[in-house]
Amino acid sequence: MADFETPALKPWPEIPPIEIGAMSHSKPFAAKPEHQQNIGFPGELIDDWQQVAIDKLGELVNNSRALRVFLDSCVKCGACTDKCHYYLGTSDPKNMPVARQDLLRSVYRRHYTLAGKLFPSLVGARDLDRSVLDEWYSYFHQCSQCRRCSVYCPYGIDTAEISMAAREIMDTVGVGQKYCNEIIGKAQTIGNNLGLPEPALANTLEGLEEDIEEETGVTVRLPLDEKGADILLVTPSADFFAEPHVDGLIGYAKVFHQAGLSWTLSSYASEAANFGLFIGSYDNMQKLTLRIREAALELGVKRIVFGECGHAWRVAYNFLDTMAGPFDFLDRNYPVPQHICEVTYDLIQRNALKLDKSANDDMVLTFHDSCNVSRASRMGDFEGGQFVIPRAVIQASCNHYVDMPADTIREATFCCGGGGGLLTDDLVELRVKGSLPRMEALKQVVDTHGVTHLAAICAICKSQFSKILPYYGFEMDQIVSVHQLVGNAIVLGEEH
Amino acid sequence: MSLLTLVYTLLFYIAGSVLLAGLAYRIRLYARTPTPLHIPTTPAPTTRAGVVKRMFFEVTLFNSLFKASKWTWLFGWLMHAALLLVLLRHLRYFTEPVWSWVALLQPFGFYAGFAMLAGLAGLWARRLLVDRVRYISSPSDHLMLALLIGIVLTGLGMRYVAPADIVAVKAFFLGLMYFDWQPMPPDWMLNLHLLLVAALMLVFPFSKLLHAPGVFFSPTRNQADNPREHRHLPTRTSTAADTRG
Repeated sequence: MADFETPALKPWPEIPPIEIGAMSHSKPFAAKPEHQQNIGFPGELIDDWQQVAIDKLGELVNNSRALRVFLDSCVKCGACTDKCHYYLGTSDPKNMPVARQDLLRSVYRRHYTLAGKLFPSLVGARDLDRSVLDEWYSYFHQCSQCRRCSVYCPYGIDTAEISMAAREIMDTVGVGQKYCNEIIGKAQTIGNNLGLPEPALANTLEGLEEDIEEETGVTVRLPLDEKGADILLVTPSADFFAEPHVDGLIGYAKVFHQAGLSWTLSSYASEAANFGLFIGSYDNMQKLTLRIREAALELGVKRIVFGECGHAWRVAYNFLDTMAGPFDFLDRNYPVPQHICEVTYDLIQRNALKLDKSANDDMVLTFHDSCNVSRASRMGDFEGGQFVIPRAVIQASCNHYVDMPADTIREATFCCGGGGGLLTDDLVELRVKGSLPRMEALKQVVDTHGVTHLAAICAICKSQFSKILPYYGFEMDQIVSVHQLVGNAIVLGEEH
Repeated sequence: MSLLTLVYTLLFYIAGSVLLAGLAYRIRLYARTPTPLHIPTTPAPTTRAGVVKRMFFEVTLFNSLFKASKWTWLFGWLMHAALLLVLLRHLRYFTEPVWSWVALLQPFGFYAGFAMLAGLAGLWARRLLVDRVRYISSPSDHLMLALLIGIVLTGLGMRYVAPADIVAVKAFFLGLMYFDWQPMPPDWMLNLHLLLVAALMLVFPFSKLLHAPGVFFSPTRNQADNPREHRHLPTRTSTAADTRG
């Protein structure tokens, strides 16, 4: 691991001057041949990779209006240049969204536009050679696909779409990223990103049931593969073992228990996360969504609820019905799918849960809006519900809550720095530097309002913060799950 | 017919055809390219009517750009609003009699020329002075600004320095429209102005000026946020569309 310096937290955010090549050394471990082949890609760089890559680019452009419009429309106005957390944290100009897009756009122009064919240097068009491919590998793995740039672009250009396309092209020629591709293979064969088989999962859940009973004296179940349950809960597998994720899972279980809802987890679809999104692979993403459909049919459930996970919620909310629908076999009185925060929020609205806010009095909380929930999905039946509902759930569970500065939350939220398939130790420098804007916002409310904890509804955010908080002088356990707060506050055993 | 007239007559027929055919081709391509997935940037309107409203304010007030950068918004909006007025004012050279609302715009159209110049100068200054924007600029980005500024300066020049024979210019363009060709006045300022305009028309469908039609086709902006109410059907042409069958 290369040595690097953690950026200093400034009292207010600054846009750094560009430092060319500051992060050009950053690149994730390459996927091994078996990781590639498991998910339908060549094991290593193929011989005629240039032509195959260019053809693939053309195919993707022909199949995606977004990609075509985005590659054509950019006027280089600069609106996005100071919006990416990786630029703000690293100063590398290729981490400005427009410059990142241009890595692909330059090749698109060269091969698919008249201007680029005739006057390449005039319009910034480049041939695809090995150095360009290397640059793609480095910088398209410095984008967490958080869509912050797309909020500010006058044409809605979403760098996430460009990064996904570039990663798919690289996979197609045999250049894949180990972290994502290994995980996708596991999820497709075993059912979850951790590669946790059914017996291990059953064992873990049993252990959690014992823990809850020991702590509360109440028997709260975490059912697995129970046919005939009403609700299938699909949650990121990190919820089964990681801290603070597992406290969130305990929170969901307590909510279901107290509301008298019948629910189950599935060992076949034991993963909400869908890394197929990160590598832009429709086919791989679809395979993972189909496992959820099959599990729902097999178990005969009436509803599907997703646990706390950002990009999983994006895929569930926006793509599940398209890729694995129609879900006409579910109870259409409930949205398909539903977010666990929506379930809890509805119960709170109906006074179906008794919450003792004082149980969280040892904390002053703030909420980190996860990027894929904020800018790529919704909760509830009104615009912006994804901001209101988690906050309402938190505030119903605690007495002390403060928002971070307005330009760092809601649609303007900063990525945790570890999303989009970058949550791997081989990218720790990028992850630490990319979290700078979020850490500065946190520092501000820590200093001014005595905030002690950051709550999140995303498995990646939670893992990322556990890892990087100590780099900035915080403690790793200052990150909590939203349903951990609910779980702490919920009064069990009384009538509901 | 003089050589000058012949050249400009052909030039404007070619430039007009390239502009219209090129844009029509591009717009058709955008419209026909599938949208495999539902990807609005949220929070987004939940209804079609809401999307129309969002798009309307996006293209008239540049809402997103306003959120991003006040200076770029100011110069960009000034330039585009002024350009609109200038274009509308120029309708007088293509209509006989001149529509009354176009006549009303006449005085504003002149000021708009200066506003457009200010906007373009501001945008160019940002491109040169802000290190981030300088870094992302290609030669073509500078040339595009130079071209537009050239058009504005020669336009203003004809108004304030070397007045052109606008009656003859109008006759030339009406002649183009009705295939009754009239002479192009030999006037270097006018000829340069029109040459630059023709160049702009020619590069439009092949350049970043495609942002004008592109914005309307941007899925992050033109999709309603309603995937749980309306199933987004995968309009995908490749074989991967529905492997489930």
